Amino acid sequence: MEILSKVHARNFVMWAKDKPTVYVLSADLTSSTEADLFRDAYPERFLSMGIAEQNMLSFAGGMAREGLHPFIHTFAVFIYRRAYDQIAVSVAYPNLPVRMIGFLPGVTTPGGATHQAIEDIAVMRALPNMTIFECGDATDVESVLDAAHKVDGPVYIRMLRGEIPRLFAPTDTIQFNKARLISRGSDLTVLSTGICTEEAMRAIQVLEKRGLSVQHMHITTLKPFSDAAVMTAIARSRYGVITMENHSIIGGLGTIVAEQMAEAGIGRKLVRIGLQDTFVHGASRAYLMHKYRLDAMALIDEVQKLAGQNFSISEAELAQVYIAPGHSDAKPEAL
Amino acid sequence: MACINDHWQSQVRQVAQGIRRRVMEHTVRNHGGYLSQACSAAEILATLYLRIMHLGKTEKALVPAPFAGVPGPDNSAAFTGALFNGPRGPEYDRFILSPSQYALVLYALLIETGRMDPAGLEQFNVDGFTVEMIGAEHSPGMEVMTGSLGQGLSQAAGIAMARRLKGESGKVWVFMSDGEWQSGQNWEALQAITHHKLDNIGIYVDVNGQQCDGAMCDVMAIEPFADRLTAFGARVYQVDGHNLDALVRPVLEPGCAGKPVIVLADTKPWQGIDILKKRYPKLHYVRFASGDEQAEYAGILQTML
Repeated sequence: MEILSKVHARNFVMWAKDKPTVYVLSADLTSSTEADLFRDAYPERFLSMGIAEQNMLSFAGGMAREGLHPFIHTFAVFIYRRAYDQIAVSVAYPNLPVRMIGFLPGVTTPGGATHQAIEDIAVMRALPNMTIFECGDATDVESVLDAAHKVDGPVYIRMLRGEIPRLFAPTDTIQFNKARLISRGSDLTVLSTGICTEEAMRAIQVLEKRGLSVQHMHITTLKPFSDAAVMTAIARSRYGVITMENHSIIGGLGTIVAEQMAEAGIGRKLVRIGLQDTFVHGASRAYLMHKYRLDAMALIDEVQKLAGQNFSISEAELAQVYIAPGHSDAKPEAL
Repeated sequence: MACINDHWQSQVRQVAQGIRRRVMEHTVRNHGGYLSQACSAAEILATLYLRIMHLGKTEKALVPAPFAGVPGPDNSAAFTGALFNGPRGPEYDRFILSPSQYALVLYALLIETGRMDPAGLEQFNVDGFTVEMIGAEHSPGMEVMTGSLGQGLSQAAGIAMARRLKGESGKVWVFMSDGEWQSGQNWEALQAITHHKLDNIGIYVDVNGQQCDGAMCDVMAIEPFADRLTAFGARVYQVDGHNLDALVRPVLEPGCAGKPVIVLADTKPWQGIDILKKRYPKLHYVRFASGDEQAEYAGILQTML
């Protein structure tokens, strides 16, 4: 598995080159949100807005009304917690093409509860007209801009920064409202999003060696959420479905799947891995993922409970797993 | 652009009086209304529309269309109320009503200036119509959502920024109330406007000293208001909001590059309808306490016709 750094920063400069309507608005976190290379490349399209997110969101709404495409860059918490009313009234109601790029989702920061966006999907999902993407790897980060730019309306992106893995081949880009199929199987369906996908891939590789057949799908479009392949997979899974997300289990992927299963009348067991209705504190990502049970081992434990079996998998064995960048759709056919 | 002569003053006075009369008529007929806002803001709004803003004409007095659904990717029928302010063009000014609680006053103004058919007011607060009590972006004369106080100026600033980037000569005029400035977002907006030197934005504030809970000085004082705004980098004028010369003069003065103009128009919320003073300090919304009171107002209305 390849690890890359400053993926968004570099990609955004290239992507925005021939898009003169794309502007970046930053609330004093320009380097921290990897908008610095854009600022240096296109200073005339970069607007510093200060530590004033409410104004930034309404201001962006005004710009978008005039045909521009403002891309808000700040930490996720400062978008949806500080400026929710502004998003609702100045951006979402008028269905304006403001792209909100929120960094530090969930446990990806040691900044503590003030900096950890643990309920952003729940909050933003409730807003009419809102589209939501979550990035899980470098390919997601590179392709989410195209996906967002095609949306006629506001978009919220749960973005990753710093060093991030490439789980999917660069050509295996985000397809709007389509889950990426990572592995096929009929014993169990695992739906993962964001940084949890890497953990799930690690766990599932080992589980498959133990003979378990797992349908693993990576979710990037959280709203809308209507890929029929997801419910079909759940319906035919022997043990049921496990959702895995770097977010509260309330209102995020687990809730979305629960709602849709209920509406479709799919009577399968659902297990939601995620933050169990709790704030967390400032610590390393690995520590928090382990403590709050968002990692590969947590998935193994839940699978064992669901299947009623003990697969005798150790942390050490999980750590050995090498994940090669896959091409999600092509992979099964290529085998 | 404005010019000082007696003729325009009589026009503005006539429109201002018409605003008061129509809002009074509405208030009597509907047992309530935003009457004090009409009293305080009539001259400001009439002056903006007749002498300050460069708006295109509407072809005729428009009848508001029924509600066409909220904006969204699947609704191409959604519209804004900006068409009442004339055609959109790079050279034309834009008008943003920040406190949409003044919507009734704006509707009365649009009728008085021949932009809205008088029948439009019969749709006020009627189910299925856009002439809403607290105006929204589809309401006549409006084009952004502003009912949540504090967001009008930021949105106007974004529009002003985009217009400057596009090289448009038209300005963005924002009508505000003084109470709104209790909200922090306005100060964030002004900070951004002056930092980015958006001098294509002009702000008229109806300084009537009133808010929902009563007099601003008791609820939450914002003085020294003019000093605060000046300190934030605006070019501030404090004028008598019922004096037409005084209202126009600030925009006739040579511009000051990089600074927005803010005109603080001191007004009386009972101007022209003295009986309102009896309700002080509860003037935000007039709701008649008794049939006698309604009759008293109806009597005054007769003198205004």
